[in-house]
Amino acid sequence: MSSPATGLKGRAELGVALLLGVVGVLVFLDANGLVTPYSKSDPVGPKTVPFIVAGLLVVCAVLLAINVLRGGRGEAEGGEDVDLAHPADWKTVLPLAGAFLLNILLIDWAGWVISGTVLFWGSVLALGSRRYIRDGLISVALSLLTFYGFYLGLGIALPAGLLEGIL
Amino acid sequence: MDVWSSLMDGFSTALTPLNLMYAMIGVILGTAVGVLPGLGPAMTVALLLPVTYALEPTSAFIMFAGIYYGGMYGGSTTSILLNTPGESSSVVTAIEGNKMAKAGRAAQALATAAIGSFVAGTIGTTLLAVCAPIVVKFAVSLGSPSYFAIMMLALLAVTAVLGSSRLRGFASLGLGLAIGLVGLDSVTGQSRLTFGQPLLSDGLDIVVVAVAIFAVGEALWVAAHLRRTPLHVIPVGRPWMGKKDWQRSWKPWLRGTVFGFPFGALPAGGAEIPTFLSYVTEKRLSKHPEEFGHGAIEGVAGPEAANNAAAAGTLTPMLALGLPTNATAAVMLAAFTSYGIQPGPQLFSSQGPLVWALIASLFIGNLLLLLINLPLAPLWAKLLQLPRPYLYAGILFFATLGAYSVNLQAFDLVILLILGALGFMMRRFGLPVLPLILGVILGPRLEGQLRKTLQLSAGDPAGLWSEPIAVGIYVIIGIILAWPLVLKLIRRNRPAAAPAGPSVLSGHDEPQTPATPSTTKTEPTMPAHHQQEKP
Repeated sequence: MSSPATGLKGRAELGVALLLGVVGVLVFLDANGLVTPYSKSDPVGPKTVPFIVAGLLVVCAVLLAINVLRGGRGEAEGGEDVDLAHPADWKTVLPLAGAFLLNILLIDWAGWVISGTVLFWGSVLALGSRRYIRDGLISVALSLLTFYGFYLGLGIALPAGLLEGIL
Repeated sequence: MDVWSSLMDGFSTALTPLNLMYAMIGVILGTAVGVLPGLGPAMTVALLLPVTYALEPTSAFIMFAGIYYGGMYGGSTTSILLNTPGESSSVVTAIEGNKMAKAGRAAQALATAAIGSFVAGTIGTTLLAVCAPIVVKFAVSLGSPSYFAIMMLALLAVTAVLGSSRLRGFASLGLGLAIGLVGLDSVTGQSRLTFGQPLLSDGLDIVVVAVAIFAVGEALWVAAHLRRTPLHVIPVGRPWMGKKDWQRSWKPWLRGTVFGFPFGALPAGGAEIPTFLSYVTEKRLSKHPEEFGHGAIEGVAGPEAANNAAAAGTLTPMLALGLPTNATAAVMLAAFTSYGIQPGPQLFSSQGPLVWALIASLFIGNLLLLLINLPLAPLWAKLLQLPRPYLYAGILFFATLGAYSVNLQAFDLVILLILGALGFMMRRFGLPVLPLILGVILGPRLEGQLRKTLQLSAGDPAGLWSEPIAVGIYVIIGIILAWPLVLKLIRRNRPAAAPAGPSVLSGHDEPQTPATPSTTKTEPTMPAHHQQEKP
């Protein structure tokens, strides 16, 4: 878990502190923008808790930044298939996120069977499988199976999209 | 015998052929998904939640009972056959379990885990059936101030006690509370943190949040660090135990149960501490202490029983107080609310038949688990060899499907991706996930109780400590928060006198990585928990 690139990693974690701070400020500004007349039946009002949460986030952001600058570091999570010995492999993650995004864009227009196929196929390829034909067939089968399974078994009609009328 | 007759009614509901079939499906699905690396019980429940949506509540919860125990058992199978546990509660099982498997005793390790889980689960569920109505009787007398205090305790304890860094725990809690704020304010109807987006005004669906943080975050995280060399899965036949294994297992099962249930039932109990305590105890009491570290069956039997008893214990505050204390319970609570059912003291009177059917099906699920898993173990072991691209693509696929099918809107998938990225970041920088999930679920409830309390006291903050129970709980919270400081002071003054628990461990377990985080963890919590039992 400890690697030589301490300086860079330490700096990366400051991003977490930044995120916490930004969220905290956002929560504060949002709550501050609420207009509420004081009411006897609700003395706490909708602002109090957001203010507390914002405070907690900002305090955590500051403390985390101090902690990181002093050399503290969060421990990356391990797991069955996780190998922390090598650095994050963005060549896998980004295409994976891409496949996910494509599914979001396609799902309402092209329907689940097509977007689901794209999602699964894209993910499998991104994760390093190279059996294009077999993976494609599995993807189509999975999408069709879930489409009909949800429709017939659970009564949930996933969008048919472009294939409307065929399915 | 009110409990008895209600329970019998529950059994008559749960034992209809159709519901029995749902329990069976639940157990099989739960185990199958739970066995898959990277998928713990909470994720199993979250991913399978949509499957239960089409069912009527009773059948759905019967299926849940199966999924819950199935997912739990699946996780321990994984940790025995691969040496890398997916969740913290099976860390201890992996220590001896994997050593046993390597020594060719995988069948016995799985058998003692399965039977131990059954014994502990059955005793734990019995205790649940007995304790829950008592807790309810006590809970109906509590007002908003006490509820507010109890929820604060659960949140703070989970955040401060579990995990290696308190600061990061609180950061995660803050994020969870912020996510919980999104949507229309329940009292005034003003929109908070919706940024003018009407789709956000109903708040973020907890199923979407859970699936995003657990499943999508995990899939992305694993993708970034995917092990390119295949793990060695130990082949296994049908689990069985010899006479000697039985003799060595039955006491650890019972002791593990005794550790597990109370810790599960306490706010912030969780399964890590009792499994660890059970391991330490078995090691000390064993007639074969030399086998520990080389595959001692007691080291699997005790912690597994503790794990399952804790799982049953967790359901006590969940059902009786509406208070989830671990991720799985939090997701189940979300499931309850999606059916319009509010867990809490009123649950037993308003939804009595459903609750007792759920408890009865916990017994049934437990038995089914034993009957199904002993013969199917070799099949589960094969599941571990599923090619990783398919496994993680499948997780993303089903996560998408599950999140989408809740509201059938693509917007939820955008949330899924954003929160999935958050989950990725949290794993990368060691922010614990549990405080976030509990923050999302408990945050709005906490706020509700706070506002009700101050409404009753007409804005006077003294209303917060107007009930004796509430005062007692604030004292406990104070102790939990102050404990590490006290410990530091004691250490500074008397460096030689270290607490008894960890000192026993430090000798042998240090080299094993899974055990070391727990060593530091148990230290501050132990005395805090003793204090908790007082009120």
